[in-house]
Amino acid sequence: MSSENPYIKYLREDRLPHIFCPGCGNGIVLNTFFKGMEKAEIGLDDVSLVSGIGCSSRIPGYVKCDSLHTTHGRPISFATGLKLANPERNVIVFSGDGDSASIGGNHLIHAARKNIDLTVICINNNIYGMTGGQISPTSPKGSFGTTAPYGSFEKSFQLSELVAASGASYVARYTTAHALMLTFAIESALKTKGFSFIEVVAQCPTYYGRKNKIKQPTDMLIWLKDNSIFKMQADNMEPKEKEGKIIIGEITKQPHEEYSEEIYKLIEKQYGDKPNVFKSAYRG
Amino acid sequence: MSKEYFLQGNEAYAKGALKAGCKFFAGYPITPSTEIAEDMARDLPKNGGVFIQMEDEIASIGAIIGASWGGSKTMTATSGPGFSLMQEGIGYAAMTETPLVIINIQRGSPSTGQPTMASQSDVMQARWGSHGDYEIIVLSPSSVQECFDFTVKSFNLSEKYRVPVIVLGDEIVAHMREKIVIPDNVEIIPRKMPKESPEEFLLCKADENSTPNMPVFAEGYNVHVTGLTHDERGYPDTNNPQEHAKLVSRLCNKILKNREDITSTDSYKCEDAEIVLISYGAPSRSVITAVKNARNEGIKAGFLKLNTIWPFPDEEVKKLAKSADNIIMVEMNLGQLVNEVKRVAQGDAKVSLFGKIGGEIHKPLEILSFIKKVQGGN
Repeated sequence: MSSENPYIKYLREDRLPHIFCPGCGNGIVLNTFFKGMEKAEIGLDDVSLVSGIGCSSRIPGYVKCDSLHTTHGRPISFATGLKLANPERNVIVFSGDGDSASIGGNHLIHAARKNIDLTVICINNNIYGMTGGQISPTSPKGSFGTTAPYGSFEKSFQLSELVAASGASYVARYTTAHALMLTFAIESALKTKGFSFIEVVAQCPTYYGRKNKIKQPTDMLIWLKDNSIFKMQADNMEPKEKEGKIIIGEITKQPHEEYSEEIYKLIEKQYGDKPNVFKSAYRG
Repeated sequence: MSKEYFLQGNEAYAKGALKAGCKFFAGYPITPSTEIAEDMARDLPKNGGVFIQMEDEIASIGAIIGASWGGSKTMTATSGPGFSLMQEGIGYAAMTETPLVIINIQRGSPSTGQPTMASQSDVMQARWGSHGDYEIIVLSPSSVQECFDFTVKSFNLSEKYRVPVIVLGDEIVAHMREKIVIPDNVEIIPRKMPKESPEEFLLCKADENSTPNMPVFAEGYNVHVTGLTHDERGYPDTNNPQEHAKLVSRLCNKILKNREDITSTDSYKCEDAEIVLISYGAPSRSVITAVKNARNEGIKAGFLKLNTIWPFPDEEVKKLAKSADNIIMVEMNLGQLVNEVKRVAQGDAKVSLFGKIGGEIHKPLEILSFIKKVQGGN
């Protein structure tokens, strides 16, 4: 048996080693993404990746496909343009809690409302890792960060529920301690026509762990596992019982009219022919 | 065959974009530019293109950058407050060499200012609005015809130099109606696909001061596009001083070293002029009348109209500074482009500013009085 990572073929080997810290959750997410992609029978040749700013947003730079590493919080806007220029393409966004829930929150809910066929994988590590450990909109109440030296007193965003309520076709939340279930969720997301959102609650041992006294990556994974409850269970629990818990599972699954398909139908009707956006700039 | 129309400036911008091959427009409503979005919403689908209304201007510029990498000519339109929000995207487009066109219809500013009144107070923002060293191309139309012509030209320059091009209009020309002539065919510069095979292709490999060809997503080039400082492969290389200097110098020089090809001016009776007026956009219309009236009164006045304001047409202004005694800059702000004129004139000619804010265009008589005042001061 070869000891080589089966997914090394998907990586830009000339860019390795990567910049992620030892014990970072990004590796698990990338592996589950490749596995989910294979299960959905999508080749990397049919994929464009888009990302914003933050640790999670560095992922596309290591993957051997077309990728757009954009500005902070905006990847979904860029992805919207890319998708509408060429709707046959699978456009997948890698983002984080700072990128999606804070600076890019508006873009996230509007893309969900439009139900445009993008898959957004949001790696939620509850902290700003790239800038050195500041609290984020998903940091649990009472957790510590460099900008919350006395503990955060803010209520945290329930990101998946927010996106589901905004109109997304598919939303699921898992943690890096649920790799197999996460793989299936990514497969479902990729197969869904419409806006799909995968929230992966992940460990950041370097900053979140250090600031919150769970320094070992393995301890963080155990903490994620122990702290998670399935949605089916959660649905029968009182709000008080669910406080501080990570609700995992499929949050919504309701495919409906997809934006790029609708807009292309409209154009075809007005134009009397197939839209000619993709590669049109190269025509004289 | 060309056709004549009686159009508003904003309608002409939209017609110019369609003629140039724009197939993607993303925007957000804002006075006084909204008619451009409305026309694109109506006409783009009829031309096989995509119109999308985004949630804000930051998203609008993001979407047109994404669509540009999807191989489409793209545009957005806005005004001051929205233009402020777009600055982050403009910097990204400059750094990643993404062609796109932005129409900014200037209104009274700062802040929300005067939504329905004109100004020319975004001149320096158009040049320096995003952070960092970068060069950009800015054109300024002064008639409805130029709204059309300059929009077509902007797309061409944007493709040729892979740079965001801004059409810096103003509320007066945007909402004014005039006769314009739209030709059946206009010169179109298409985007160039890389000559190398995807295996041999390097995203940012280019000779000094030059623009590399641009691949499209989904054709196997497997490019990584990033706003971080990047090497020839397009890969981030942020801590390498030489790499950063090389990249940013090239991005600036590909514009500056081609200043002659990019810039455009029109001159009127400048040959023997002792007093040269310089203007751009709406006030040009009053200046030309003022210069004619001055000539009728025996004053040797001339007019240089700037069609391109960035990069600044140094040579043309330098030449006039040597031949004329006085230069008067007429602009609808408290003094923005006049500083460029002063930089270039370098003491060869005396430079005065006739700035005006509040939303009303300079009247020809006011300009004539100013000319006489300057003349009397000598």
